[in-house]
Amino acid sequence: MFWPMDDFLWPFLAGLPLALALPLLGTLLRLRDEWLATLGLAHLAAAAALAGMGLGLAAVWGAPVGAMLGALGKTLARQRNNSVYAVMILGGWSLMLLIAANSALGHALAQALVDGQLYFAGDREAFLAATVALLCLWALPWLTPRLIRARLLPSFERANHLPAWRWHLGFDLLVALTVAVATATLGLMATFALVFVPAWLAFRHAPSWRRAWRFSTGVGIAAYGLAFALALGLDQPFGPVLVLLLVSALILDGFVRRGPRDAGV
Amino acid sequence: MNPWLRLEGVVAGYGRPVVGPVSLELGPGEVLGLAGPNGAGKSTLIAAILGEAPVFAGHVERAHGLTVAHLPQRPIRPLELPLTGQEWLRCMGVSADGMPGHLAGILQRRMDRLSGGEFQLLSLWAALAGAGQLVLLDEPTNNLDPAHVHLAAEAIMARREARATLLVSHDQDFLQRVCSRILTLGAMRGGGHGCGRQQSGTTHPPS
Repeated sequence: MFWPMDDFLWPFLAGLPLALALPLLGTLLRLRDEWLATLGLAHLAAAAALAGMGLGLAAVWGAPVGAMLGALGKTLARQRNNSVYAVMILGGWSLMLLIAANSALGHALAQALVDGQLYFAGDREAFLAATVALLCLWALPWLTPRLIRARLLPSFERANHLPAWRWHLGFDLLVALTVAVATATLGLMATFALVFVPAWLAFRHAPSWRRAWRFSTGVGIAAYGLAFALALGLDQPFGPVLVLLLVSALILDGFVRRGPRDAGV
Repeated sequence: MNPWLRLEGVVAGYGRPVVGPVSLELGPGEVLGLAGPNGAGKSTLIAAILGEAPVFAGHVERAHGLTVAHLPQRPIRPLELPLTGQEWLRCMGVSADGMPGHLAGILQRRMDRLSGGEFQLLSLWAALAGAGQLVLLDEPTNNLDPAHVHLAAEAIMARREARATLLVSHDQDFLQRVCSRILTLGAMRGGGHGCGRQQSGTTHPPS
């Protein structure tokens, strides 16, 4: 092996379930035009993680608090659009840097949350990541048809007096929890990239929803594995390598589809 | 037999009254057509029945436990959507049994890659073949060529017995063909301000 397996097994196992779960959530967020949700919730999660670390809590315990509060606030405000997430990004970013500037944690730690600190993940992070991934695999088959119906035929829920808040809030909390754990494990931008890029590619190419799930998780896991190996082999930070790989795949796909002249992503 | 849907003096609109007062009753096996010029408030009346448009006066009564199916005037279709017709019907709890052959042939295609007419016909099937007892169809012949209009009419007629159907259309021939009664909403009077405006609603059998 070209990397010391014992040292990096837990980090690898911690990220792998998230590389599976985040693209699945990404397909539904893209369907709902809420893909910016990840970045908004991730910023709140990072701010809460930083605040928690100031109190002696590990990032994976603090992060969900911020993300869940964001999801609940969005539901209570009855807002379901990217504008809300833009507000979360701005608020989370300012809180994160202000907490860092006014505590002993310092700017470097805030930056670590943005960049990702996967190599410091251990069995605790791996356990939490596996738990949220299993939660996604359990809940999504029930949530998905309801969320698709709500997106394409919103009048159906109201006309039939259905308790739609259950699946909308359930999905919001599932996204918040997964994004929070992912932010504390993979880093903010790596989390966003795993939600955003595989789902976009799947929407372009998959012939059905079932295939879109396979396609997006395939892209997510392949990119994660390759990024992990490259980052270790080349001694680079994991987050930027993963994001670069995914963005490259998106650009390459644009070239293949439309030729170099019109290869805008 | 008790009607499944009863409107009594309903005045509805968005922000201000747009339609009404309208009174009507609709029972199982009936297909009631809503006709009238643009701006008469036909779609607004459907929205009021769905609970999406405020009712300013009168009331809408639905039979207890009545399930509702709806075909919007412009069904939502995202520009990119990797969802087949078959998967969409499954989400809606709708079976493809008895579906016309042409429609059955497109079920494995992505919905964003169907033609406008194919998508409309699939949306109409989703409304007609599900569990909805009250079926609200807003301009079901949009985007349909004559052959597809024929298919749409046959589908509505074939499934009307166990349902109460309210159908909005500008296509008089279509209304005459499929409706058991037609309610003609009059053009609004009063230049666009709701207060005191009156609107007539008259039902008559197809000629």
